[in-house]
Amino acid sequence: MAASLRCFLRSGKVTVTVRDALNQAMDEELERDERVFLLGEEVAQYDGAYKVSRGLWKKYGDKRIIDTPISEMGFAGIAVGAAMAGLRPICEFMTFNFSMQAIDQVINSAAKTCYMSAGLQAVPIVFRGPNGASAGVAAQHSQCFAAWYAHCPGLKVVSPWNSEDAKGLLKSSIRDDNPVVFLENELLYGVPFEMSEEAQSKDFTIPIGKAKVERAGSHITLVSHSRYVGHCLDAAAVLAKEGIECEVINLRTIRPMDVESIEASVMKTNHLVTVEGGWPQFGVGAEICARIMEGSAFNYLDSPVTRVTGVDIPMPYAKILEDHSLPQIKDIIFSVKKTLNV
Amino acid sequence: MKTMLSIISNALCRMTGRNAGARVVVSRSFADFTPQATFDIKKCDLHQLEEGPPLKAELTRDQGLQYYRTMQTVRRMELKADQLYKQKIIRGFCHLYDGQEACAAGIEASINPTDHLITAYRAHGYTYTRGVSIKEILAELTGRKGGVAKGKGGSMHMYAPHFYGGNGIVGAQVPLGAGIALACQYQGNNQLCVTLYGDGAANQGQLFESFNMAALWKLPCIFICENNKYGMGTSVERASASIDYYKRGDFIPGIRVDGMDVLCVREATKFAADHCRSGKGPIVMELQTYRYHGHSMSDPGVSYRTREEIQEVRTKSDPISMLKERMLSNNMASVEEFKEIDVDIRKQVEEAAQFATIGSRAAAGGSLQPHLLQQPAAGGPRDEPLVQTQVCQLDLNPNLQIHSDPDR
Repeated sequence: MAASLRCFLRSGKVTVTVRDALNQAMDEELERDERVFLLGEEVAQYDGAYKVSRGLWKKYGDKRIIDTPISEMGFAGIAVGAAMAGLRPICEFMTFNFSMQAIDQVINSAAKTCYMSAGLQAVPIVFRGPNGASAGVAAQHSQCFAAWYAHCPGLKVVSPWNSEDAKGLLKSSIRDDNPVVFLENELLYGVPFEMSEEAQSKDFTIPIGKAKVERAGSHITLVSHSRYVGHCLDAAAVLAKEGIECEVINLRTIRPMDVESIEASVMKTNHLVTVEGGWPQFGVGAEICARIMEGSAFNYLDSPVTRVTGVDIPMPYAKILEDHSLPQIKDIIFSVKKTLNV
Repeated sequence: MKTMLSIISNALCRMTGRNAGARVVVSRSFADFTPQATFDIKKCDLHQLEEGPPLKAELTRDQGLQYYRTMQTVRRMELKADQLYKQKIIRGFCHLYDGQEACAAGIEASINPTDHLITAYRAHGYTYTRGVSIKEILAELTGRKGGVAKGKGGSMHMYAPHFYGGNGIVGAQVPLGAGIALACQYQGNNQLCVTLYGDGAANQGQLFESFNMAALWKLPCIFICENNKYGMGTSVERASASIDYYKRGDFIPGIRVDGMDVLCVREATKFAADHCRSGKGPIVMELQTYRYHGHSMSDPGVSYRTREEIQEVRTKSDPISMLKERMLSNNMASVEEFKEIDVDIRKQVEEAAQFATIGSRAAAGGSLQPHLLQQPAAGGPRDEPLVQTQVCQLDLNPNLQIHSDPDR
């Protein structure tokens, strides 16, 4: 229903932007289950701050698509309460930076309740919105919250990369009875990706908690999530010309992390590089290193794991500084060669 | 007639040495007691309202005995918790409700079981009035498997259908309550949500965010401030620029109520419920009440207030005594009847304490992993909110396997 950029290819595949994939996912789930509704700032009449919810208010009206005042703590709490009382809210944060205002409701009211109540009280809510760096939005609007939320038991944390990820994972998240933090990326919204025929179905879901091997390789494993999966694939293409075959794993879910897939790959390639946009300390890469070290794949490593991360500073504004504060393809290539000692 | 029965009963008591005589009086008493009476109740202060709750409340004998029983049960349960805490059988946080019983009893008397209620951490009273047994409450406090949350929640995290706890973060329950009200409105079920908070929480920003959205969207939410005059050790005068908590909703109408009078609470809450159900939107109530205990078991409660003050409330405004005296002076029940109820309650509380003390503890084996609900079968709307028993059991072994619940 949502106006999507579609080019029909003969194989039945279409090209869909991440934005439209997210839109489709929400549209389909709103249609499927009347308990699902969307609330957040500008989601209704503005069509969404980043146009992700374009057309939904026109189709579903005030009851199901709710514009809120600028009151993150208040409306996140309202969303959690609605979830407790039987509805299935999608709570949008305009960016996850603003979720910090509401983080108590996400963690203490949503994440912990199923456990505290010994399973009596479910909280089937999805918190979604853009996460991590954008372009030129500076320090207070560029933080990656993957590690923050993934730290907490009781939450599922999902981080899609392409359009199929976005659609399949958002549908799964909405259908999940647990609170899910769904981390999108603003820079990916406008990027078109091929979507298979299977992915175009209204029943298409991707399981939460399972990583995907985007590219098979034998020399080294690159593990990433969200936007940097694309960077890893680009780096892999460059390295392939030099005879280095990278296996690229798209985590898709940060929590619960699919450590088995990473281990299986490491046992094959013997080398590992992690790539993420967030800060290095206590981050996703740090967790991967710890888990690999604790498991059977440790014995298969021929060199220590290298983490490629955002630089450990608040995001600067000037473009050249910003570019150098985030993983670039050359950083990934450099890390691969360093790890392989070539 | 009554005098003659009393003489006979006393004689029987002396002869048998037991309470056999009392039975004689009690069993013949129904015909003698006043079945219903009307009482004057304090006028409520009003904010943004032309009319308020009525100035008189009707009470039947049955209702009176029921309210008495409820309040006395909560009182004795809280005092038992105090005892168990001092014996170190209860640990951690324990915020007791004794003194405030009229609030919980009065509210429950005026709403339906299908309505919803959420409160903060001083929650044992509401946990009981919302349907959880004394056994399951005390066992939760002592961390036993027989507790309502299997020992995983503790004092501040007890839940029941249409009762959302028990919330530890001051003020966080208020947006939650507004959200539950949103769900009521969304589902068109004519239910409402009673959202309680204290005088301390009344200064939380998230309350005002909730007031704004509740008013904007006309949510069926009764926001109730239980003003017991102290937020921990800080008196209301030292915490709030305005202590008229019933006015803090600004554009939301408010009522200030005598929270020590169960009838006043009941009538005010009925009024508020009618307001919400008629689609007028939210309403704020301030219940003026008092807690005998300190803020929690680690607070003796006398460094920021005087013993004289506490004693004065006990003698002049105790909610249970007030109800009892009203009923006795209107011949609605007998002293013996109340005594019998007291004895019965003590017995129940004692049995519950036994259960809570000797019951098996929460098993570490099954409980140390976070609960994640397994994916349901192809979904669809449910009539009731999801209320499930434990669905995820994990054994404590090095490989930490997830065993799925066979029922799902």
